[in-house]
Amino acid sequence: MSGIPQALDAIPVLGILFQLLGYLVANIEFMSHTTVAVAIPITLAALCGVMCERSGVVNIGLEGIMLTAAFVGWIAGVVAVGILGPGTQLPVFGITVPLLIALVAALLAGMLVSLLHAWLAISLRVDQIISGTIINIGAAGITGYVYSLMASKSAVGAGSFTTYRVPSGVADFPIVGWLINAVLSQGPIGIITILVVIVLQIMLFRSRWGLRTRAVGEHPRAAETVGIDVIRLRYRNVVMSGALAALGGAWLSMEQTNKFDTNMTAGRGFIGLAAMIVGRWTPLGAFGAALLFASATALSTSLQISPPQGDLGALMGRVPGEFWEALPYIITIVILAGLIGRSIAPAADGQPYERESAT
Amino acid sequence: MSGFGRVRRAALLSTVKRAAIGAARPIAEPLAAIVLALLVGAVLIVLFSGLVARHSAFDLGLPVAAYAALLEGAVSPNGMTATLVYATPLILAGLGVAIGFKAGLFNIGGRGQFLMGAVGALAVATVVGQTQSSYITIPLALLVGALCGAAAGFVPGALKATSGAHEVVTTIMLNYVLVFVTYWAISGPLALPGSPQPISVDVATRNAALPIILGRDGHLGILVALVAVPLVWFLLYRTTLGFEIRAAGANSDAARYGGMRTNRLIVLTMSLAGLLAGLGGATTILGVVHQVAPGYDTTVGFDAITVALLARSNPIGVMFSGLLLGAMRAGAQTMQIQAGVPPELVDALQAIILVLLVVNVLRRWLDGRSRQHGSTPSAAADTAMLADATA
Repeated sequence: MSGIPQALDAIPVLGILFQLLGYLVANIEFMSHTTVAVAIPITLAALCGVMCERSGVVNIGLEGIMLTAAFVGWIAGVVAVGILGPGTQLPVFGITVPLLIALVAALLAGMLVSLLHAWLAISLRVDQIISGTIINIGAAGITGYVYSLMASKSAVGAGSFTTYRVPSGVADFPIVGWLINAVLSQGPIGIITILVVIVLQIMLFRSRWGLRTRAVGEHPRAAETVGIDVIRLRYRNVVMSGALAALGGAWLSMEQTNKFDTNMTAGRGFIGLAAMIVGRWTPLGAFGAALLFASATALSTSLQISPPQGDLGALMGRVPGEFWEALPYIITIVILAGLIGRSIAPAADGQPYERESAT
Repeated sequence: MSGFGRVRRAALLSTVKRAAIGAARPIAEPLAAIVLALLVGAVLIVLFSGLVARHSAFDLGLPVAAYAALLEGAVSPNGMTATLVYATPLILAGLGVAIGFKAGLFNIGGRGQFLMGAVGALAVATVVGQTQSSYITIPLALLVGALCGAAAGFVPGALKATSGAHEVVTTIMLNYVLVFVTYWAISGPLALPGSPQPISVDVATRNAALPIILGRDGHLGILVALVAVPLVWFLLYRTTLGFEIRAAGANSDAARYGGMRTNRLIVLTMSLAGLLAGLGGATTILGVVHQVAPGYDTTVGFDAITVALLARSNPIGVMFSGLLLGAMRAGAQTMQIQAGVPPELVDALQAIILVLLVVNVLRRWLDGRSRQHGSTPSAAADTAMLADATA
């Protein structure tokens, strides 16, 4: 195995590329698992964006919805554990009663914040960018305030979901076993996300609801003429999509970790927004773009955990660690700027709708 | 030229019309929003101190004590200086956001632009400060800081002009990148040699600390901010560039039709906004902070949005709303010490003020719409409305 690759590695300049390739292959299992995990909250944010923008509402408040849900989920867990005790763990996913209560609370919180955005954007016809920004600032401010009150209490939340263990028979399957293992050894929110991507893709392009949603986002006037209640459908979609972004927030405070942190979303809502654009406003595309963004994070994590050897290691050692941390954001900017012209938004995206009879 | 004249007249007419709608409540609305927010904040204080902190079971006197401490921290003789010091970057960055609003651009990149201003100023102090006198170091540090901020504004501006990438997303993403650039700079090239922990040089030891002109720590930067206010007002209302910026914000299609190079305006406006925020960062480092450790961050970016929205993007209004928010930040420490209410309350208050403002803006818009029956303003016009000055 080692004879030819080592000879290749020794080639000046080009050898670095072969070393990088070798490093990637050696760490592929770890990186693909991390990629899927990191992509989950980004995907959920992007799916929320797809549902909103397909029905003609720009939702830049994804970040705030996620943060609120992460916080409410955690604090509901604290309260539930305080009243019910930690509860017994089910063998699947480590589900406990307080954990389920916390998850439901997080989803409701996300839908409530979405309702605020829907009210501002659809009924009050406020500029949707400003409405979303207010949600972001408000979520950061209020969760930060309450969290700082809690900080001295060393409160214990409801814990976190555990990951699914892929049966060894499947994981050891030749060629594709490791990939199945990487994709499926996630917590319940992760697995739900993958299902939602598929279901939403089919629903959006193959169901009556999907057709109506797209009609409302492309040409609301025409949709209303054929009897679709534009305002109501937009409300419903924005509020329902809030549950998706909330699921992303819940993933942060209940699956990735078991605690809340101020501003723990760290821009994932915005990366999700970029993934939505890169994925051309389709669930599958958004998932793919989220995986692409997440792979940058996975690569940087891998480089920190197991630094490469040889020339490649020496080269990587000269790149400051901050660069790797900034990489996902840089990639988001570059891809966004490079792709945006060729990615076309729904025609009525961001335009408030006024009923014909109202004027 | 007749096309241009028509645009100009139309813009003038709409400005006059909007001014007439808004003139009745130019100050009353922000004031009402602030008072309402304080009331909601009082409910928050009582509710959460009772529910979460539990040091007092729903103490109704706590908000009074908290706000009294807030006021004391903001307007006592020492507090006044603190208010001015806190207000300095808020006014500067707030002017930047306001100029952006005028051009129809939403600049959320204040955080990164501020940090770049800080890095630029520190770089000058590190490199030049050891050998040159403060007469050279200070102006140079301010200039380089402002230019670094401008560069941080230029990038999203250029991306928007060339590819159409929305500035809200790119500025936020760039904020994260620039936070890491700042950490890297402070722990790498700008680190104090021989220090066990990564920390920047102390600007006071490099002839770069701004002179104190007021009280114990009122630095020269206060004057910089107060001078910037009339300058920006003059730029916006008395120069061709200012007219073009406002025209592009009111209706970018019409502005382009009138012969203005709107893409150039986008880049210029974003750079200018970054320049102002960068100046805010430079004055803060040279005037107050002096020495920076990795992990240094700022809330100026978001605060500046509140400042600009409260002022309806009027530069003179920005001065007052900047002072108001500066007072809140200055009083927050006293509030925590005397009443045990965390300073994060100020962030919550800001959010409430913003929601109330936006809902009020709508009421104003509806009032105007009932007069000019039948027109449906687009989202862009709505932004212009929000950003519109009554001056």
